[in-house]
Amino acid sequence: MKAFLEQLAAKYQHNATNLLAILRAVQARFHYIPEAAITTLADLLSIPRTQILAVAEFYSFFHLTPKGQYEVFISDSITDHMLGKHELMAYLSERLQVAVGEVRADGLVSLDNTSCTGLCDQGPAGLVNGLALTNLDKARIDLIAELINQQKPLSEWPKHLFAVNDNIQQTGLLLASAITPGQGLTTTFTRGITQTLAEIDLSGLRGRGGAGFKTALKWRFCSEEPETERYVVCNADEGEPGTFKDRVLLNSYAEQVFEGMTIAAAIIGAKQGFLYLRGEYLFLYEKLLALLEQRRQAGLLGQNILGQGITFDIEICLGAGAYICGEESALIESLEGKMGIPRNRPPYPVSSGYLGKPTIVNNVETYLAAAAIAVNGGAWFANLGTEKSKGTKILSISGDCKRPGIYEVPFGITVQAVLDLCGADDVFGVQIGGPSGMFISNQELHRKLAFEDLATGGSFIIFDNSRELLAIVKNFTHFFAHESCGFCTPCRVGTSLLQKQLDKIVDGHGSAGDVVALEELCRLIKQYSHCGLGQTAANPILTTLERYPEIYQAQLKQISYEPGFDLDAALATARRLANRDDAGAHLAQIGEEHD
Amino acid sequence: MTKTLTIDGKTIPFQDGQTIIEAATAAGVYIPHLCHHPEFTPHGSCKLCSVKVNGRVCSACTFPAAEGQDVINNSQELNDDRQKITQMLFVEGNHFCPSCEKTGNCQLQAVAYHLNMLDDHFPLFFHNRNVDASHSDVLIDHNRCIFCTLCVRASIEQDGKNVFAIAGRGINKHLAVNSATGLLKDSDLDKNDKAAHICPTGAILIKRTGYQVPIGQRLYDHQEIDAVSLAHETEQRHGE
Repeated sequence: MKAFLEQLAAKYQHNATNLLAILRAVQARFHYIPEAAITTLADLLSIPRTQILAVAEFYSFFHLTPKGQYEVFISDSITDHMLGKHELMAYLSERLQVAVGEVRADGLVSLDNTSCTGLCDQGPAGLVNGLALTNLDKARIDLIAELINQQKPLSEWPKHLFAVNDNIQQTGLLLASAITPGQGLTTTFTRGITQTLAEIDLSGLRGRGGAGFKTALKWRFCSEEPETERYVVCNADEGEPGTFKDRVLLNSYAEQVFEGMTIAAAIIGAKQGFLYLRGEYLFLYEKLLALLEQRRQAGLLGQNILGQGITFDIEICLGAGAYICGEESALIESLEGKMGIPRNRPPYPVSSGYLGKPTIVNNVETYLAAAAIAVNGGAWFANLGTEKSKGTKILSISGDCKRPGIYEVPFGITVQAVLDLCGADDVFGVQIGGPSGMFISNQELHRKLAFEDLATGGSFIIFDNSRELLAIVKNFTHFFAHESCGFCTPCRVGTSLLQKQLDKIVDGHGSAGDVVALEELCRLIKQYSHCGLGQTAANPILTTLERYPEIYQAQLKQISYEPGFDLDAALATARRLANRDDAGAHLAQIGEEHD
Repeated sequence: MTKTLTIDGKTIPFQDGQTIIEAATAAGVYIPHLCHHPEFTPHGSCKLCSVKVNGRVCSACTFPAAEGQDVINNSQELNDDRQKITQMLFVEGNHFCPSCEKTGNCQLQAVAYHLNMLDDHFPLFFHNRNVDASHSDVLIDHNRCIFCTLCVRASIEQDGKNVFAIAGRGINKHLAVNSATGLLKDSDLDKNDKAAHICPTGAILIKRTGYQVPIGQRLYDHQEIDAVSLAHETEQRHGE
């Protein structure tokens, strides 16, 4: 192990900012992060062992106890559930002879749930040793179980198990035709860098991650910082359940994304860029590396780009399973080899980001759009959309519709128009912008996708009338509790309390005061949390409670108080000790009900 | 010309670079807090110092003071919510004040009294947490840790060591000790380190000092935490 770790540390220049990459290699090799590796790496990287421990415990894809040689994860997104995940998981567990959350006794395979893997248009989905599995059904599970039991290396598995389709259903301004490599840079240099920033300003482009900060403004702020060592970061940590557009953009439009980053670098004066790629998209990694190399060969990256005296390169950093790293300052912490904990603001990343230097962090789609705007001009983009939401938005559509996939639509389009495009009828409601966004009912389908009305990062999950609202809300609420980084009290404790409180109601143990208590918790978490995760974690409950109070009320018992735990289950130990199981050794959850 | 902001309508001077809590404390205004300590880099995690700045909720311990800010601090609404946040800290850990040797000297307990907390309000988690009594002079009772990171910061910033860290994610967060065994005895902590004395709760205790000061004669037995906190500040400033 020592030699392996020494080589690994050397490969990464003994630099602790590369800790995630190093731990990913350790996990891949040993299927856990051994105690001895922590000790050795602490020495090799000259950091406290607690930093390694903290990082190993923080990210979902690192483990301190051995996982199977085949680490299997099944996506636990609501869209997977709608496609029969629950039953498939049980079947997989039976076929592999391993319980969910466990490692099989022979150490060959482990099975667990994982947060949305960004394959909602072709789920149920999963991961085996980090590689995406799509369109899971019983036949595929039989095959997978057989391959694992035969101990076949992944390289020999049939390719169709790993096939990921783009599913581009509708193209628009951006997707209809990609720019040719170098075209954006050439136009930028011809027009002039300042003028290109002016075009981006004119285009009205706003951040495509969902928050909608004006791109040109962010880049200008960064370029005006006194510190001249600056960084360009592309946020490809697409973790919002129901979002998968960045997967497609990086699969089929990656050159244009890299070109957008390079133009940004020319504008802000950065020499180094990072693509922070979520761990779930490992299957894109090699392909992206090859593209970067191709661009270097073509003079579009590296020293003296296109002979203009500009130096810029891009490094790809893989995440390791943490939704919070989609938050820009948590992403920067992660890039620095730390736990993904959002920073205090101010200062903002544009003045103090990666290694404390001015940094712009933008979404994949933002760079894609910026490159196209550099070529076609600001007016070309601003021509479409609404007053405050210019251009088009790329949507990831999943759930109950005939044609899930990627849709590029002009901003300002109504929800109903989108539903018509993808073939959805009998709609109960739509989750706009993922769990952190809002649930809208079928009475609001005239509403518009735009920063003026329904702001969205692109997640669009459709539910028909056969779906149970509370099961959806429960899935989302558990997701946030699982993904809370734990930094601040309201989110760390609050999201777990919210999970308990919601489960109490959904499981039929709630009484009148419990919905009030639920609302109070929602308000506290929303109002006092440190970052966007906590501030939006209660949205699934708040936006559905507002629309369907009767669905919550119908779950409540007709008594004023109900214990928050299972009385009879609490007596189980006593029954075992007393060796009794008669009626007198059991308790009803509630007393006689009085009408 | 002195720059000023207002807190609850009272005009308060500040200097550039000061946070709201620093300006407030210097002016004799108490803002409830647990993870904040004037000697260490602000952390901003406990959220007890949440105030409204021009209508927006901010952490007073990290948010920079600025000219003309209208800060609301001592309102019924904020104090009620601070009480709830304190209750979250109580139910998350295992805090049994009557049997804890820190009682009367505990900031968590004192701030709870100050905010008029009379019950836990939320269901208890009953997390199973350990005690590390391995060190000859210092004890860690993880049941009482509130993840304020004061020990982490004190060890790095004042002791020049790196004894503590917070590891884990979400509700599974925990205090970790920087030693090969993970035990305190194998770390380089000394009982005279600042990190051994900074804990606002009873999570890090010096052994064999437990009940030397009888209950009834302890720090918060005769005055509330606001008075103690402000007096401490004044003392520090005069000492400099």
